[in-house]
Amino acid sequence: MSSSPLPSLPDERGHFGQFGGRYVAETLMPLILELEREYRRAQADPAFKAQFEDLLQHYVGRPSPLYFAERLTDAVGGAKIYLKRDELNHTGAHKINNCIGQILLARRMGKTRIIAETGAGQHGVATATVCARFGLPCTIYMGAKDMERQQPNVFRMRLLGAEVRGVTAGRATLKDAMNEALRDWVASVSDTYYLIGTAAGPHPYPELVRDFQSVIGKEAKSQLEKAEGRLPDLLIAAIGGGSNAIGLFHPFLNDESVRMIGVEAAGRGLDGPDHAASLAGGKPGVLHGNKTYLLQDDDGQIIEGHSISAGLDYPGIGPEHSWLHESGRVDYRSATDEEALDAFQMLCRSEGIIPALEPSHALAVVRTEAARMRSDEIVIANLCGRGDKDIFTVAEALGVDL
Amino acid sequence: MSERLSAAFRKNRAALVTFVTAGDPSAEKTGDILDALVEGGADVIELGMPFTDPMADGPSIQAGSLRALKGGMTLKGTLEIARAFRGRHPDVPLILMGYLNPALAYGPHFARDAAAAGVDGLILVDLPPEEDAELGGALRGEGLSLVRLATPTTDRNRLPAVLEGASGFLYYVSVAGVTGTRAADTADVAEAVGRIKAETDLPVAVGFGIRTAEQAADIARIADGVVVGSAIVDLIGENAADPATAVRNYVTKLSQAIETAA
Repeated sequence: MSSSPLPSLPDERGHFGQFGGRYVAETLMPLILELEREYRRAQADPAFKAQFEDLLQHYVGRPSPLYFAERLTDAVGGAKIYLKRDELNHTGAHKINNCIGQILLARRMGKTRIIAETGAGQHGVATATVCARFGLPCTIYMGAKDMERQQPNVFRMRLLGAEVRGVTAGRATLKDAMNEALRDWVASVSDTYYLIGTAAGPHPYPELVRDFQSVIGKEAKSQLEKAEGRLPDLLIAAIGGGSNAIGLFHPFLNDESVRMIGVEAAGRGLDGPDHAASLAGGKPGVLHGNKTYLLQDDDGQIIEGHSISAGLDYPGIGPEHSWLHESGRVDYRSATDEEALDAFQMLCRSEGIIPALEPSHALAVVRTEAARMRSDEIVIANLCGRGDKDIFTVAEALGVDL
Repeated sequence: MSERLSAAFRKNRAALVTFVTAGDPSAEKTGDILDALVEGGADVIELGMPFTDPMADGPSIQAGSLRALKGGMTLKGTLEIARAFRGRHPDVPLILMGYLNPALAYGPHFARDAAAAGVDGLILVDLPPEEDAELGGALRGEGLSLVRLATPTTDRNRLPAVLEGASGFLYYVSVAGVTGTRAADTADVAEAVGRIKAETDLPVAVGFGIRTAEQAADIARIADGVVVGSAIVDLIGENAADPATAVRNYVTKLSQAIETAA
């Protein structure tokens, strides 16, 4: 690996190498530019940072623990495994970190209405939560199929006062919900803020979502320093759009000794069409405002992803991950539905923690990687969500009738 | 700019610009529909390149795009439709309209092949001036016009960036929203068109939400071109057996209204 630090990205046009950018309709372009100006002002404003940190501490419950998973470590029989417990956050996932940052931005911009897309419902719940906290009306777009798979989260959003609009277009999952949110936004630009849930979309979203989520990696770094007096050897995180992964990885990118693995959803296997591994099975293209790896056919038509985890079945990936993949800094692998289910059960029984299906993909790779490492080496896995929302899906997959 | 395209805007009335999606409902019927557009009096043809995720389009054009994809239409097939059209109508300008990804997936010869098929220009909804380098240079290099869009959110400061590198005509999107949903207030459109024409010599065509002959006449009085899309795509969806006849009758009414408005 090169000894010089990685360049600070994105560049001023929002590009990570050939990826990223601002591929949006003209109606949205002035708003995207205004968002970027406002984000730069917020970054320079100590009061913004102070309010963000105060809410993370007192409302979200940060810092989340960095937990040494002793029994999991024993069961795997290799490196020491630490779990970054972002599933203990308010609302049960890492999504809230980004929502706190963006709702503060929306308020700075004087926006009076919030829209968002959601797949598994975690980002929808987190968005509905911050909207309730700040008294702003919100509309959440969710694929009709996802609404069926994630009924508890639909009800949570409604309890929090959000309007949940089902989207029946396409395969009625996350991609289609994002299309519909963009259609709403283009018709309501003057008063509406689009609170994107992952580190993707037009610049500056990939950058600002990454920055808000980087609290995960910054905490993990100082927590491990305290616990072990050193850097980890390996970081592992699951990738849908990739916001929890970039949040963990980014503060370590210039620490050359730290290896990183991002885990995509291999669904029913990479050899068939039923997966959501954009890097392993896709090629670069343009969708939802950014250039990145996409699942697409030879004609450039987008192919729907599949994963047992509703939070991972998106046919794209955040543009910074595409760049980290091409630059070789991060190693990207995948885990199947079945491997994720096995790892899910293993964590339940070894540590008394029910993880979400998304980080279960990361745990599947933790098992194989940590087993190959020495006992004095250290792995940190991002436990980015809790599994309460997934128990119906898991029961069905295990043939249990609830 | 192609002579065909500039000639379309040199008439003593506004040009009628009509949109249909390639392959909706089939490749063969699209050929008939394009002929019907010309027979009905369309001056410029916009041929939609279908895409799975038409984010800036309303329900009508989404449905048309999906009908086309279901029938197996591809960008290669779209260029074949354009080539056949050019053979039958040597003088009618044809613009391809759609999203960037299929054009990128087609590969580096897209601009060359489009020019060879007799295409006069491109409208790429998700290629703003900021990302022009992605395809703009290649299109201009082949003599194709890159038709840019201006919208109600394009303010005075931004307009020069939109106009730089624009050619053929400027497409003024009269409503902040998706295609085919609501119509703009005519006075607002007149103000915007005046503001744009003060900054450019390009003809300004106005679209989004124009459905009736009366609306078309209103816009024809204040702009250089009237764009109608969703209303035609709806007719195609509703008249599966003989869409060409329905389209011809409808477009004839529009062109007569524009003629009368002049």
